[in-house]
Amino acid sequence: MLLDIDNLRVTFSTADGDVNAVNGVSFQLDQRETLAIVGESGSGKSQTAFALMGLLARNGRATGQVRFDGTDLLGLTPSKMNKVRSNQIGMIFQDPMTSLNPYIRISEQMAEVLTLHKGMSKKDAIAESIHMLDAVKIPDARNRIRSFPHEFSGGMRQRIMIAMSLLCRPRLLIADEPTTALDVTVQAQIMQLLADIRDDFGTAIILITHDLGVVAGFCDRTLVLYGGQIMEDGPTDPVFADPSHPYTKGLLRAVPRLDRDDDELLTIAGEPPDMSRLPQGCPFTARCAYVQNTCAHIPPELATFDGNRRRACHVPKSEVSA
Amino acid sequence: MTEPILSLRDLSVTFDVRPRGAWPWTAPLKLQAVSQMTFDLAPGECLGVVGESGSGKSTLARAIVGTVPSSGGQINFEGADLAAMTPRERRVHRRDVQMIFQDPLAALNPRMTVGDIIAEPLVTHEPGLSRADRKSRVQDMMKRVGLLPNLVNRYPHEFSGGQCQRIGIARALILKPKLLICDEPVSALDVSVQAQVVNLLRELQRDMGLSMIFIAHDLSVVKHISDRIVVMYLGRQMETADARTITTRPEHPYTQALISSVPIPDPVLERKRPRTTLDGELPSPISPPSGCVFRTRCPKAQATCAQALPPMLEVGPGHRVACPYHQAENVLAVSA
Repeated sequence: MLLDIDNLRVTFSTADGDVNAVNGVSFQLDQRETLAIVGESGSGKSQTAFALMGLLARNGRATGQVRFDGTDLLGLTPSKMNKVRSNQIGMIFQDPMTSLNPYIRISEQMAEVLTLHKGMSKKDAIAESIHMLDAVKIPDARNRIRSFPHEFSGGMRQRIMIAMSLLCRPRLLIADEPTTALDVTVQAQIMQLLADIRDDFGTAIILITHDLGVVAGFCDRTLVLYGGQIMEDGPTDPVFADPSHPYTKGLLRAVPRLDRDDDELLTIAGEPPDMSRLPQGCPFTARCAYVQNTCAHIPPELATFDGNRRRACHVPKSEVSA
Repeated sequence: MTEPILSLRDLSVTFDVRPRGAWPWTAPLKLQAVSQMTFDLAPGECLGVVGESGSGKSTLARAIVGTVPSSGGQINFEGADLAAMTPRERRVHRRDVQMIFQDPLAALNPRMTVGDIIAEPLVTHEPGLSRADRKSRVQDMMKRVGLLPNLVNRYPHEFSGGQCQRIGIARALILKPKLLICDEPVSALDVSVQAQVVNLLRELQRDMGLSMIFIAHDLSVVKHISDRIVVMYLGRQMETADARTITTRPEHPYTQALISSVPIPDPVLERKRPRTTLDGELPSPISPPSGCVFRTRCPKAQATCAQALPPMLEVGPGHRVACPYHQAENVLAVSA
C-alpha cells in the first residue's frame, strides 16, 4: 500500500470562527492505482490534497494520519516534507500559468528541481529536463526549453508542469483539476499523456476533478466528497453504473450527456453547503431527495458493502438504487 | 419557413493589433476574429455556438449585441440591418437584444443592490414607469427566475454563483427582449447548480417565446439546450446542423474531432470509444493558414486544402459543411 489516510481533518481558523474543510476522510491507495476525488467547489477535495502535501494555508491545520509508504507525513518537519514532495509525491495544479514563475526561463525552473533534490550538475539537469519535455511531447524541446512561460500556450504550459513534476520520478502524482482551464481537444491530449505516464512510469495518480466524464475514462476508483466527507467510494464502473448514494446519483443525472437525448436535467435542489455551518448529521441533508428524520442529527457511518465499495447514508441502498 | 428574427450575412469582425515595439506610423496588423458568418435564427429557436477558446464565439456575440463594431456583412434583426446603423439608431433595438455573461459576479455592479441592478434597464428604457410599477415588475421577475423577492436589498457578494447568474438573467429579461444571447452562462458554475440554470433558461425560453443564442465550449450542455448548432473554428463556420445531427452524424473533420474529445460520464463506453484526438493547438488568428483554416490540424487534409477557402456545402436539410471531403461518421457510437 502506497498511501493510507486515516481520519484526516482540515480546519481553518478565520475571523468568523473555524471552517471545517475536511471532516474525517479515510482512504487508501495502492501502487499504480488511479483514484478520482470528485466533488463540487467547497467539498474539500483540493484541501485533502494540500493537507497531504503539507501545502495548507497558514491558518489551516491538519489532524489525523497520512501514511505514505509507512511514514506519517503530517508529523514531518518542513525540510523532511520538502524531500518527500520532490522525490515521492509530485503535484500539478489547475492553472499552469500561476504555478510557473513568469520571470524565469523554463530551463532554470526545471533544472533547479534536479540540482536541488538530486544534486545533479546544471548541465546534466538541463539534459534530463529536455528528455522529460520530449516525453510530454513538447515539440523542439531542445530549443524551446530556453523560453519563458508566457511563450507557451495553456496546454503546453500544463505539459511543462507535468514534466516538471515527473523529474524526480515520484511514485504518486496528484493532479488538481489539471484540465479545467483547457479546451476539450487539449484536455483529451493531456488526459492521454497522463494515461501514458501511468503506464510507462507506473506512477499512482490521484485526480481531483469535478468532471465526471474525465473520471469515467481514466480512473480505477472513484471517491465522492461532499461537505468534506466521503459520501461514496468504490471501483469506477459500479459507482457510475449503480450509484449507492443520493448525492452521486444526483450528480450523474445533473450532467447532460452528449450520447443521449435527455429532455430535462434532474437537478439537485439548493446550493453547496456553507462549511462553517455544517449540520450535525449528514452534510447533504438539506439537498437530499431521500432525507429521513435521523439524517440531520446523526452522521451516517461509512459502511463497506459489495466487498470493495463504501457508502455513508442512512437510507438503504436498495431504496437509492430503485 | 417563418421569417427569421435574426439573420447574419457574411458578418466579419476585425481587430487592429499593434505588436509591441512597432513604430507608431506602421500599419497595424489585422486580427480576423470572425469571418463571413452566415446563419438565420427563427423566432423561438435556440441556436448553439461551439468552438475552442479563440474561435471567435464571444466576439460574434458581442458584434450582434453591438459592443464591438463589425467590419463587414449584415446583421439583420427583424428586417433592419443593425450593422449599418449609427449607435443612436441602434439604441431602439437594444432593448430587444439582451445578453448574459460568463462570470456571474463580475457582471454585476458590487455597489448596487439586487433590486437596483434588475431595475436599471427599466430606468433606461422605460423612464415613464412609476416607482410602484417598477418595484412590482422587479419582484415578479425575481420570482420568475427563482429568487426570493425579500432579497431585493442585498448586494451581489451576498449571493452564490448560481444565484448571481439568476440575477443576471432577471436583468436581461426584465425588458422582455426578443433575443437573448448567453455567453458561457454556466461554465463558471458547479455541476449541480449548472443543471438548475440550464433548466431555468429552457423554461424561460419556452414561456416567453425567446429566441436564444447559446455560446459555450461544453458541447454536452449546448446540445442539451439548442435546436441547432453552429461549429466555429478560428472565426469561421465549419458546420451547421440541428443538434441531433451534429452529435450523431457530424460531417466535418473538426466537428468529429471535437465530439470525439468530449468525455462521457460512462466508464464502459469511454473505454471502448474510438478516439480521434487533434494534435497541436489553434493557429494565430493574425496569420491564419491559407485556404481552409483547419487544414493544419486536420486528419484528412489534402494539398488542395491550402489553395482556396472551402465552399459551404449543403449536405442535408439545414445541414451545411465547409469541407469538400466531408463524410458522415458517428464518433459517439461504439463499434462492436
